[in-house]
Amino acid sequence: MKYTQERFTAGTLESSDAMVTVAYCEGENRITVDSVVQEQFGEAIRKTVEEVLHEMQVKNASVTVVDRGALDCVIRARVETAVLRGREGL
Amino acid sequence: MRRSMLFLPGNTPNIIVNGEILGADSVILDLEDAVAPSEKDSARILVRNAIKMMGFGKCEVIVRINGLDSDYWQQDLNCVIPARPQIIMLPKTACAEDVRTVDRYLSVLEEKYGMEEGSVGLMPLIETAMGVENAFLIASASSRVKGIFLGGEDLTADLRCKRTREGREILYARTRLVCAARAAGVEVYDTPFTDVNDDDGLYQDAQYAKALGFTGKASISPRHVKGINEVFSPPVKDIDYAYEVMNAIREAKAMGKGAVALRGKMIDAPIVMRAQQVIEQAKALGLGREEA
Repeated sequence: MKYTQERFTAGTLESSDAMVTVAYCEGENRITVDSVVQEQFGEAIRKTVEEVLHEMQVKNASVTVVDRGALDCVIRARVETAVLRGREGL
Repeated sequence: MRRSMLFLPGNTPNIIVNGEILGADSVILDLEDAVAPSEKDSARILVRNAIKMMGFGKCEVIVRINGLDSDYWQQDLNCVIPARPQIIMLPKTACAEDVRTVDRYLSVLEEKYGMEEGSVGLMPLIETAMGVENAFLIASASSRVKGIFLGGEDLTADLRCKRTREGREILYARTRLVCAARAAGVEVYDTPFTDVNDDDGLYQDAQYAKALGFTGKASISPRHVKGINEVFSPPVKDIDYAYEVMNAIREAKAMGKGAVALRGKMIDAPIVMRAQQVIEQAKALGLGREEA
């Protein structure tokens, strides 16, 4: 998968949602999580993002998640949407 | 049993995640009017994940897809069908061919995902003058059709009249849809009452719809769900009477009597049919009783 320097975003900063931004990065996937429940769920959110990237065969993405207490299914949806928007943008 | 069907905007997680606790018999996850064109992609993925991974408890899940006049309806179905929603709501259904178009596409997807053919139901949303005039043909176009649903807002725009609190402008459409649905053997659901803060108006509107023969009513606000459920549930006195009717029929049969009277009134076939319907509704709501 290739990304340009453009950034692709999905989701919102509303409660129970997450804003996910995806951009191209060289090397390997880089994941940054900023969550209102960072201590309790920060690592779980990172794993969720890793899983989605793996399922979608994404290998060179920089992913930033700003989480507002989103459920796992919401984070997965937002990551998938941002990645698909990135693919469609190329 | 669908007394109340609650619309939830398809791209709003903080509302969707509470879907099952809002008291509605069905939730309608909306990919159409409630979602901006730029967010159609994210809404359909969110809705798919919510159905697949979150579940909605005892709530039936209906997905309102975008209309056949849009570029989105096939993408909507491609995305959400693998999550197995119970019903697809098709907006602006104007004729039987609209239903058959979606029916055929659903069959292709059901085969692709190893689902039983016909397992996904359809609920055409009738909200144009053409749709109203074709209501019976729409209701009987496919065995997938579980019910038809009247959309009053778009309909009044199409009729070029104003939507009012009393709803006289949609009386013809309401009665036409009830008749068409009953003739086709499917259920029929009334348009939402859109003034969220008018509880009396909601109650009157729901009672009126029930009196016309509607099975239930949709809502755009969780605030209206309780009132709708109350109106479309059989009252205890009706349940009592229904069981009395069935008991009287059984006793008369046992005694070899042809004609039966109860509380001084003859019990004929329509009364028995109505009693059976009330008992079915009561059982579906857990209000059924042991029959003698």
